[in-house]
Amino acid sequence: MSVITTISTWLIPCFILIVLFVATWRRVPTYEKFVEGGKEGVKMAFSLLPFLVGMIVAISILRSSGALDAFIQFISPFLIFIGVPPEIIPLAMVRPISGTAALGMTTELIGNHDPDSFIGRLASTMQGSTDTTLYILTIYFGAVGIRKMGYALKVGLLADLVGIIASIIVVTLIFG
Amino acid sequence: MVNIIWALMAGIGIIYAMFNGTMDKVNEALFESAEEAVTLSIGLISILVFWLGIMKIAEEAGILEFLAKVFRPIIVKIFPDIPKDHPAIGYILSNVTANLFGLGNAATPMGIKAMEQMKELSGSDTASRSMITFLAINTSSLTIIPTTVISIRMQYDSVSPTEIVGTTIIATLISTISALIIDRIFYYRSLRRKGI
Repeated sequence: MSVITTISTWLIPCFILIVLFVATWRRVPTYEKFVEGGKEGVKMAFSLLPFLVGMIVAISILRSSGALDAFIQFISPFLIFIGVPPEIIPLAMVRPISGTAALGMTTELIGNHDPDSFIGRLASTMQGSTDTTLYILTIYFGAVGIRKMGYALKVGLLADLVGIIASIIVVTLIFG
Repeated sequence: MVNIIWALMAGIGIIYAMFNGTMDKVNEALFESAEEAVTLSIGLISILVFWLGIMKIAEEAGILEFLAKVFRPIIVKIFPDIPKDHPAIGYILSNVTANLFGLGNAATPMGIKAMEQMKELSGSDTASRSMITFLAINTSSLTIIPTTVISIRMQYDSVSPTEIVGTTIIATLISTISALIIDRIFYYRSLRRKGI
C-alpha cells in the first residue's frame, strides 16, 4: 500500500520533470508553450461554467424538493427484495448523479456505521469504484461542444449499475 | 436527449415541491447550487491552466506521440476509430494514467483535451464512437487508490483504512470491463439501426 501511495505522490512532480527535461533538450520554448496552453485553460473553464450551473441547479431542485428521496423510497422494496442492503440504496442511486451528494452520504454511512462494518466497507467500495457519470458527461461534452450525445448516457448509467452490483457482490464475498 | 433529461429533472422537482410543500427549500437550493457551480468552475481554472500548460509542452516535445506509439497495440483495440500515432491517443493515455493513480484533478484537463482531439477527428457536434468509449471508461472510474475514501475512513478511526483498496480495484475492474462491453453492444446496435 505504501508503495502505491509513494508512487502517486511522486508521479506528478516526476512527470513534470521529464516533460521539462525532454522539452528543453529538444529546444521547445517551454515557458512560452506553458502560457499558450494555459490560456486555453482559462477559456475552457469559463465555457464550462454555464453547463455546470445548469446541471447542478437542476439536480439540486430534484433533491431539495424531496422527489429524489420519494423515488428512492418507491423502488427500495424491490431493491431490498433482490438483496441490496437498505442503508446503501440512497448512495447507490445518487452516486451517478451528484458527486458532492454521494461523498456526503458516504461520509455519513462510514461515520454512523463503523468504518469496518459491512455497510462502511460497502459504502467505501461503492464510492471508490464508480464515478459521477452526469458530471463527466457535462464537463467532457460541454467543453468541446458536443450537442448530440448518442447512446453515451445509457452506456454510462448501465456501467454505473454494473459497478454498484459488482461492489455489493465483491464486498459480500470478501468481507461477508 | 440531454435536453429532455435536464428539463425533466428540474420540472419533476418543482411539481413535486408543489404537492410536498417544499417550495421554500427548492428556492433556497436554486441559488445556493448556482453559486456552488460557479465556485466549482472557478476552482477548475487553476487546474485547467496548469495542466493544459504542462501538456502543451509535452505535446510540443513529442512526449505524447511517444506514449501513443508505445501503447498503440492496446489503444487501437479499444479505440479502432482513432488513427495510429494521433495525439488523441497520448491524451487518452495521460487521462487514464492520472485516473489510475487517483489524480482526478490532473485527469480532467487531459480528458477534455482528448475529447477535443477526437472532435477534430469527427468534425461534428455528435458524439463519435471513440468519444463514447472514452466516456464509458471514465464514468466507470479507474482508481487504484481511492484516496478520498481512505481519508474519510481514517477520520472515523477505521482499524484498517486501506482494506477496501482490494475490493475497490476488483469492483472497478469489473465495471470498466463491463462498460467497454456495454459500449460495444450499443455501438453495434446503433449500426444495425442505421442499416449498415
